Amino acid sequence: MAKEFTPKVVTANALIEGDVVYLTADDRWTRHLSEAEVLIDEADADYRLLQAQARAGEIVGAYLADMRRGPNGPEPTHFREEFRRTGPSNLFHGKQSEGQSRA
Amino acid sequence: MYTYNDFDRAFLAERNRQFRAQVERRVAGGLTEDEFRPLRLMNGLYLQLHAYMLRVAIPYGSLDPAKLRQLAYLAERWDKGYGHFTTRTNIQYNWPQLRDVPDMLDALAEVGMHAIQTSGNTIRNVTSDHFAGAAADEIEDPRPVAELVRQWSTDHPEFQFLPRKFKIAVIASDSDRAVMKIHDIGLKIIERDGVRGFEVWVGGGMGRTPMVAKLLRDFLPRADLLPYLESVLATYNRIGRRDNKYKARIKITVFENGLDEIRALVEEEFPRRRAAFTGVDQDWLARINAAFVTPTLPERDAAPYYTARDADPVFRAWADTNVTPHKHADHGIVTISLKAHGETPGDASADQMRLVADLAERYGHNDIRASHAQNLVLPHVALADIPAVHAALKTMGLATGNIGLASDIIACPGMDYCALATARSIPVAQGIATRLDALKIEHEVGHLQIKISGCINACGHHHVGHIGILGLDRAGVENYQITLGGDPSETTTIGTRTGPGFAYDEIVPAIERLIFAYLDLRDGPEETFLETYNRLGMAPFKSALYDQEARAHAAE
Repeated sequence: MAKEFTPKVVTANALIEGDVVYLTADDRWTRHLSEAEVLIDEADADYRLLQAQARAGEIVGAYLADMRRGPNGPEPTHFREEFRRTGPSNLFHGKQSEGQSRA
Repeated sequence: MYTYNDFDRAFLAERNRQFRAQVERRVAGGLTEDEFRPLRLMNGLYLQLHAYMLRVAIPYGSLDPAKLRQLAYLAERWDKGYGHFTTRTNIQYNWPQLRDVPDMLDALAEVGMHAIQTSGNTIRNVTSDHFAGAAADEIEDPRPVAELVRQWSTDHPEFQFLPRKFKIAVIASDSDRAVMKIHDIGLKIIERDGVRGFEVWVGGGMGRTPMVAKLLRDFLPRADLLPYLESVLATYNRIGRRDNKYKARIKITVFENGLDEIRALVEEEFPRRRAAFTGVDQDWLARINAAFVTPTLPERDAAPYYTARDADPVFRAWADTNVTPHKHADHGIVTISLKAHGETPGDASADQMRLVADLAERYGHNDIRASHAQNLVLPHVALADIPAVHAALKTMGLATGNIGLASDIIACPGMDYCALATARSIPVAQGIATRLDALKIEHEVGHLQIKISGCINACGHHHVGHIGILGLDRAGVENYQITLGGDPSETTTIGTRTGPGFAYDEIVPAIERLIFAYLDLRDGPEETFLETYNRLGMAPFKSALYDQEARAHAAE
């Protein structure tokens, strides 16, 4: 049996602001991981990544990040993605300081 | 200090104009990211975890009040009110937006600064002794030579696409305060039979294969410097490996070919190169030299300094660690710690930068340095004025008296910012410093250099820390390896790994055990951590690190 596919989200950095964005199911870029589209099929994930990469005027460096499902949407499986969705741990800057208004 | 002339200003204005157009084309869709990326990196603009990062060069760490105030202005106008001083004496802005970067570069150009060659496979910011011009033991100020190398290497057409990045340091005293021997090329100005020249060291570096540089030439005549550097760079450019990024630095080229072979190739290249230099560089060096005159320091009565020392134990403790003797006995070199306990090593707010600029203007002959240890330096302060400097520093959280002590930690940005990092560095540094402060032992511990990198690239110089810490990703969890016995001074040594690494919540207690082990083991308070380690070797420290941990697990 094939290895079970780890759920993914498409993530990148916004071209102008540089901050972390995630692709939603309705093709928006959101600042909030909870709004990201969770991809559970490998072929689907690859296709969504290709679509994302084509939007070079909006984002930089799109890739698929591993996630697990949580009560409030996808949760990172790796600490790097945890920092990306939160901001630095030494200063209250980045996403953690920005509230919900920037989506 | 060197001041840009019309040529420099015109060159920089043109580069900035080009980059502004490149940004516009990227935003408008005329350039893909693959096309734009090398262009932005040539101008010091990275994309990191949370945002863009602009890395601005501070050549050989030298600043004046106007430059430092402009750095503060950038921090406030286009960033989040602070900047981060790095081990290459650059300053990094962690939160610029792409559209603003051309304006930031224009603002830098107003004070003769830029971000060119702070990235890419080029010759990077030239570093030097942060006490240059003030140190009692130097034979001359090494910065004019560093400035000559900077001008020669900036936009040098032959060396824009080297196999890998290339770092040069210049010193002029027997004490090495610039970690010269971990550079691709280290230059030491020396005197032989009454004639000045250079020792040329090659092939040092850190990263995944740390190496101490080897002596390529024991005496290079002054006038041969640039053609000789070109010969080394041309040799490296030709035979350096481009097939494997991890084997592309000149240290590997030297290691694989052997020092003798490299020397032979360089000497073979040299006559051609030498013939192309007509001496105009030496004329130019003479003009640069004229710009680096050590200020005329008036005779000053040092009595107020000693009075303050007697009256104020806090001042005395600070002065003991942060004031270094100056070549003029009635002056001192003041190091301003950017390592307040619990703060981010190397960060300075715009207000702090402006205060330091003000102090340099009022008391420090307009001279400021950034050190590779991520601190700032006022190199020429009359001893009589130092109490006033200290009082002013206190008002802005800049009076931490810990230079050379265990909380004066070098730490790279790590995974809190850096896209290359495999683990965090900053919170580890914060945790160690906070713990040391709570224990109130660091003055008793004395000289101890702890250096932390958040990945194998070793920006945090962990290989040459008396205690080095390397953060890694072990199966999706942060893990920290410890090395001991590294030495960044003139007796440059690469540290040795102690054994298995420690988890994030175990690393601060592990460092604490090492420090207490040292206090038990040392042969009196005069023996430093490094001396104790060199006398006793790894075994007792290893025992302190692991045996107690093993006992704790056995008791569970």
